[in-house]
Amino acid sequence: MADTSQNAQRTPDSFEVRILRQGGPGQNSYWERHRVKHEQDMNVISVLQNIAANAQTVDGKAVAPVAWDCNCLEEVCGACTMVVNGRTRQACTALVDRLLEDNPKEIELQPMTKFPVLRDLMVDRSRLFRSLQKVKAWVPVDGYYDMGVGPKQTREQQEVAYPLSECMSCGCCLEACPQYTKVELTQRDDESDADFQERKNAAYDSAFIGAAAISQAVLFNAHPTGKNIAGERLDALMDEGGIQVCGNAQNCVAVCPKEIPLTTSIAKVGRQTTLHAIKKWFDR
Amino acid sequence: MAKKRVMIVGGGLAGLAAAMKLAELGIDVDMMSLTPVKRSHSVCAQGGINACNDQTRQLGDTEWKHFDDTVYGGDFLQHQPPVKEMTDWAPKVIDLMDRLGVTFNRTTEGFIDRRRFGGTLYKRTAFAGATTGQQLLYALDEQVRRWESEGKVKKYEFWDFLGPILDENGNCRGCVGQDLVSMEIRSFPADAVILGTGGCGLIYGRSTMSMVCTGSAASRAFQVGAKYGNGECIQVHPTAIPGADKLRLMSESARGEGGRVWVPRTPHDPRDPKSIPEAERYYFLEERYPEYGNLVPRDIATREIFDICVNEGLSVEAGRQCVYLDLTHIDAPELTRKLGGILAIYEKFQGVDPRFTPMKIFPAVHYSMGGLWADYERTTAGGLVLDSPQNQATNIPNLYAIGECDYQYHGANRLGANSLLSCIFSGLIVAPGIETLFASQKGAAADLDKSLFSNAVKKHQSDHDALLKRPAGKENPYLIHQELGDVMTKAATVVRRNDQLEAAYSTVMDLHERAKKCSLSDTGNWTNQNVVFTKALLDMFPLAKAIVKGALQRDECRGAHYKPAFEMPSLKAEDPEGRRREAEQWCDRFDANTDKWLKSTIATWNGNEPDITYEDVDTSLITPRPRLYGLVGAEVIEEVWNERQAKKQAAKGDQGNGASKPAIAGAAS
Repeated sequence: MADTSQNAQRTPDSFEVRILRQGGPGQNSYWERHRVKHEQDMNVISVLQNIAANAQTVDGKAVAPVAWDCNCLEEVCGACTMVVNGRTRQACTALVDRLLEDNPKEIELQPMTKFPVLRDLMVDRSRLFRSLQKVKAWVPVDGYYDMGVGPKQTREQQEVAYPLSECMSCGCCLEACPQYTKVELTQRDDESDADFQERKNAAYDSAFIGAAAISQAVLFNAHPTGKNIAGERLDALMDEGGIQVCGNAQNCVAVCPKEIPLTTSIAKVGRQTTLHAIKKWFDR
Repeated sequence: MAKKRVMIVGGGLAGLAAAMKLAELGIDVDMMSLTPVKRSHSVCAQGGINACNDQTRQLGDTEWKHFDDTVYGGDFLQHQPPVKEMTDWAPKVIDLMDRLGVTFNRTTEGFIDRRRFGGTLYKRTAFAGATTGQQLLYALDEQVRRWESEGKVKKYEFWDFLGPILDENGNCRGCVGQDLVSMEIRSFPADAVILGTGGCGLIYGRSTMSMVCTGSAASRAFQVGAKYGNGECIQVHPTAIPGADKLRLMSESARGEGGRVWVPRTPHDPRDPKSIPEAERYYFLEERYPEYGNLVPRDIATREIFDICVNEGLSVEAGRQCVYLDLTHIDAPELTRKLGGILAIYEKFQGVDPRFTPMKIFPAVHYSMGGLWADYERTTAGGLVLDSPQNQATNIPNLYAIGECDYQYHGANRLGANSLLSCIFSGLIVAPGIETLFASQKGAAADLDKSLFSNAVKKHQSDHDALLKRPAGKENPYLIHQELGDVMTKAATVVRRNDQLEAAYSTVMDLHERAKKCSLSDTGNWTNQNVVFTKALLDMFPLAKAIVKGALQRDECRGAHYKPAFEMPSLKAEDPEGRRREAEQWCDRFDANTDKWLKSTIATWNGNEPDITYEDVDTSLITPRPRLYGLVGAEVIEEVWNERQAKKQAAKGDQGNGASKPAIAGAAS
């Protein structure tokens, strides 16, 4: 109780939130200020819920609610990634009292900068899922009939694999990466949805793939059945936009909310691709 | 002629399992989801997935015992053949998920490790750290992505299911969806539509469920004629972390490791909890249940915590209901070693270290056992006909329900670690049935007269446009949602009383009328989350009414549905003869109650309210028996009960159907 009452003294009855808004793709962005009543146990999600319910700026102007993405609110789904006070993270674990300790004046919310803005804090992260296709991030089983038990694995193997498989495709590592740059295309008037999708996929595939997918390649290359197509994954990672683009800034591992050893994964793929290239040269 | 297609709505465990199995069978799949499927609510499941296994088998476990635990835990309110088939398949489901790369925890020798969960005596539960649901979902998501890359599955993520399309004969021929980004409304012709859209926790305002769990998809099917079963059966978990936005689960293992639940004897005592002397603390679970203490079964712990706050006014805080879950008496390094993961969650969200400050927790709505009515075809042996198109079919032809949104597997109460199993199993089993369905169908939905689809789109488009044109300054949908959550949480969760339920029903009716007068704060047509939420809110009311009306009419206690006015009494007599006589009466009353109430509540929508009928339950495999947990005189009742069963058995000739099994006191979930 002592702790909370001290907090209550530090935190004001209400606080300001500054949000970078944008009506839709291609439109200009602008800052908007909201005043939010302070409540117990608030996180950035409840701030945005509050703003949606009131839909009024600090000057009393009625505005449309801020659009944002979220789902589980427990930091396991990866949906609510945004830039909070300059740092890429999940909105659900961004606690208001902590944020106000760092900056009592205001909380600042921006959409991720490496993905096209759909509206306000909502961005299009489909590129992230496309990259999982590129590295064939799956175990190539024969099918789903009952074929008995899976391959035996040691506790050590599981302990290496589990942290990698906790990746929730939130995109923090990509947001923080200097080599990962925004790819934003606009559908042409005469272009069908399918053609536009194909053009987007081609653009995504040639841009840097980023740490998350590289780490998934490590996960599946280590799996007893998954490694059967390790070569195909390494081919994809030696392709345009592959591992060679990595500039070793190591920002990815610093911002990962799940503390996944992303730089270790990148180093592993570096070694695997080198060996793979040599092997391919000898097999010619 | 166009090729037949399936539309799956919802990409959690059930939807993804169905998609991958259908793709394997060569059937093309469309998949619609409110969220990228990898972000579905299944990721929130922590504990594990149950199956009889090689080790438990040698300790006497069988698939039949898993089946028995499941129906006993569910208080017998589920048809037994689907449950039997599910538990028979459970070991194969684990094998399959293992082959797909799920990072299950391993023993030192390299086998899948298991732990014990509530409602069973065996270590049946396979787990992957504390994120088993996430790991299972990812494995299925990866397989579906593989099919997607081959063009066999087409995903529509960030799309809202607005409703099924029914032809003039009432057959489902596809559905209407809305793009949540562009707001485009379009039709999807489909020869079968499968709903795997999860639970409806948001009807209660805040729950342990994710933000997409509004129940709107199930409600939209319900409102065009799909039956809804056992809506009143809602599981409330005893220990969740209250939050301004959501109630997050705090695992039972905190109490398993010695956590103590208490409140200050003075209501809303403002002192630091650690400075409150022992004598001024009320360890109510330990005092009321000296034998089991803090480890009473889930439903009892939930009821007691609820009672202490709501009825006795002893909540720790004045403005909010919560009790202390205290671990601070345990050595901090030991806590870190045993409970590190879940304590980190508490610290991450509350900003307080539970090793040094007692946690504040309160029960939270967690799972919906009820859901869309679903059919099955049974074999004479009591299992399912595996390729029957009846399996998982709703009463609307070609419309199916799987996963948490069906009512099929958990009766009146779900056992821990059974939900992941039922989701994957129902997803897998629906696929061969649809293959059979397609073999018998002539023509494809895509070849039907286009007006069927364009008219459906027109109707939804005009509803949407009308919503956007509402006059300003009327009701606020977010505030109505809070009110709905408050009334539902108060009346239709842990303890249910008919006067409260009656009052709640009329409040829900009023709120529904007010919700129809909502104004929108966003009238645009681009990524308008305001209008999408308002639609979901409007669709919460039919299910809310089905839940409350079902609860009001069910005058008994069954599983999670607890009505103290109709509780079976403890025995009062002190002398053996008197006890015996009371036990005989008790068993008579139990039989009479079974005759009257061992029936599924079936709601059908009449346009304004649910009409309730009752459906008999197939209990042909295991005879329903009483749950005697915590009852005075349980041993005498059990003795009488067993004698009666033995007599019945002898009269029938032994059919070996498990009816002679003793009632296992204390084995509640």
